[in-house]
Amino acid sequence: MTKMKHLVTAVALVAFAAVPALASDAPKPAKQEWSFNGPFGTFDRAALQRGFQIYKEVCSACHAMHQLYYRNLAALGYNEDEIKALAASVEVTDGPNDNGEMFTRQGRPYDRFKAPFPNSNAARAANNGAYPPDLSVITKARPHGADYIYALLTGYKPAPAGVKITEGMQYNAAFGGGQIAMAPPLSEGAVEYKDGTKPTVPQLAKDVTTFLAWAAEPEMEERKRMGFKVMLFLLILSGVLYAAMRRIWKDVH
Amino acid sequence: MSAPSQSQGPIVRWIDERLPIFTFMHHEMHEYPTPKNLNYWWNFGSLAGIVLVIMIATGIFLAMNYTPHVDMAFNSVERIMRDVNYGWLIRYVHMNGASMFFLVVYIHIFRGLYYGSYKPPRELLWWLGLVILLLMMATAFMGYVLPWGQMSFWGATVITNLFSAIPGVGEPIVTWLWGGFAVDNPTLQRFFSLHYLLPFVIVGVVVLHLVALHTHGSNNPLGIDAKSDKDTIPFHPYYTVKDSFGLAVFLILYMAFVFYAPNALGEAENYVPANPLQTPAEIVPEWYLLPFYAILRSIPDKLGGVIAMFGAIFVLFLLPWLDSSKVRSAKFRPIYKQVFWIFLADCVVLGWAGAQKPEGSALLIGQLATAYYFFHLLILLPLLGKFEKTRPLPQSISEPVLKS
Repeated sequence: MTKMKHLVTAVALVAFAAVPALASDAPKPAKQEWSFNGPFGTFDRAALQRGFQIYKEVCSACHAMHQLYYRNLAALGYNEDEIKALAASVEVTDGPNDNGEMFTRQGRPYDRFKAPFPNSNAARAANNGAYPPDLSVITKARPHGADYIYALLTGYKPAPAGVKITEGMQYNAAFGGGQIAMAPPLSEGAVEYKDGTKPTVPQLAKDVTTFLAWAAEPEMEERKRMGFKVMLFLLILSGVLYAAMRRIWKDVH
Repeated sequence: MSAPSQSQGPIVRWIDERLPIFTFMHHEMHEYPTPKNLNYWWNFGSLAGIVLVIMIATGIFLAMNYTPHVDMAFNSVERIMRDVNYGWLIRYVHMNGASMFFLVVYIHIFRGLYYGSYKPPRELLWWLGLVILLLMMATAFMGYVLPWGQMSFWGATVITNLFSAIPGVGEPIVTWLWGGFAVDNPTLQRFFSLHYLLPFVIVGVVVLHLVALHTHGSNNPLGIDAKSDKDTIPFHPYYTVKDSFGLAVFLILYMAFVFYAPNALGEAENYVPANPLQTPAEIVPEWYLLPFYAILRSIPDKLGGVIAMFGAIFVLFLLPWLDSSKVRSAKFRPIYKQVFWIFLADCVVLGWAGAQKPEGSALLIGQLATAYYFFHLLILLPLLGKFEKTRPLPQSISEPVLKS
């Protein structure tokens, strides 16, 4: 038994060495209660749909989501017709056709989310030189993931005394260095929810962050479900093998 | 125990008479006499072998879907995560497998350090193990570059730039490594090629490692040679079942990361596509390379840092001669037993220091830990071999057991 204890200590030691905060200078964001936290966490479908609405009506003016296709929206609970309609609301360039010409057509479910700018230079040019990052995997791409995104979206405040803000920049308490080029994207009533949820800034931030967390890890629910079965199997297997080992070894002195 | 050819069917016999593969397997994996007192720390060798197989198996399937091109690598990895059937599972098993491989191998190495497994007649066994470690580091480093995230790109830039410290020919060597004047598409493509090649080189060295192991058999917690049949038991079923149990327990930890915290051991920054025009706030390697990174950065001179970093592994090759004590196991070495733990703690401190910005007290702690690392190996161990009063060794492996 003591040997096992040593083993656990060693693993803990190495794990400790593995997890030092490698954060940037952004302050540690407060932990939020997310429906997708924990080993049995799932995405709140209503929040996902509200979050997608915010992305569509607000964020997508500047931020692309290159990794997502309209067909992926089925995971949010939209049916086929709704997805077709959502895709059809954008125009995409396709081609070349038989005459060698590019043409535009309505979006289809197999199209990627339409990007707001044709390339990153255009995105910079339209945004005061700052590049609005692609949001496909943003919660995986920032330390503290969803908590950080939420803190950032709700972090716009008047600059504290003594902090000078460069022109075209905003003060944001959650952002490393305190100055961010993105204008406050959310305001009370920025979108009108169909389900009657009150669109306060914290509510909007929570919904859109849930959507972004799903976009970054669409496999999460399946992963955690499978993980539970795998853990259960491994625990039973360990027990069986331990019993087998005890039995085989009982005559060795 | 008889060879299988008498007890097996005619087909096995026919093959075995012409190519004695069944006799070989029976000899090396079944009746192979193994000390009967091996504790759980001896599980980690076979665990390392199994993780290597898992890495190669998952890697082959990832390579089927990965595109080694600077414009497509990042997206091809995300496509694996989203559109390839169970691609997320294969990738997370591979990605976390790298961490698990190092965890297991580091424990395996420290077990060797504690029980003196590098001492005669196992010096070459130890050397081959260190060669495997070096190959693993190279493979892991190049694998980390493949997703072409920010840390991939800047990690590759920092590490390849180390070679520029070589006086005179440094710069041309770096250009040659890159295949250009910066880390770019040729670099990514050769890293992919080598990342696929090196694991099979590792398999080759593992085979040599096993040949060397089976020549004299496993060391054991008492560090004394097996003297009679009473001291050993056949590998199968005793250690096959024990290794299987250990594997199941290890998989619980491994799979907990894969299913519940797949990105916990990685850097968030690597989910940002590589951008040669924007340096990340901090460039840090994966956790398993942090101790060496700390040694590298603790020397203010670039060439000196590189020499210290490679020297940290090179001195381990000299260990069988630096540690001149005739007694293998720390069990019978009262002082070594203490300093072993200090050395282990020192390596953990180095890992911590490698993750910090190299300034202020973190830098100083890293420098002290680096100094202690070399002090332990180069000065303390030779002195202990001379002056330590070791405790009397038991007559045989069976003896202490019979007494109690």
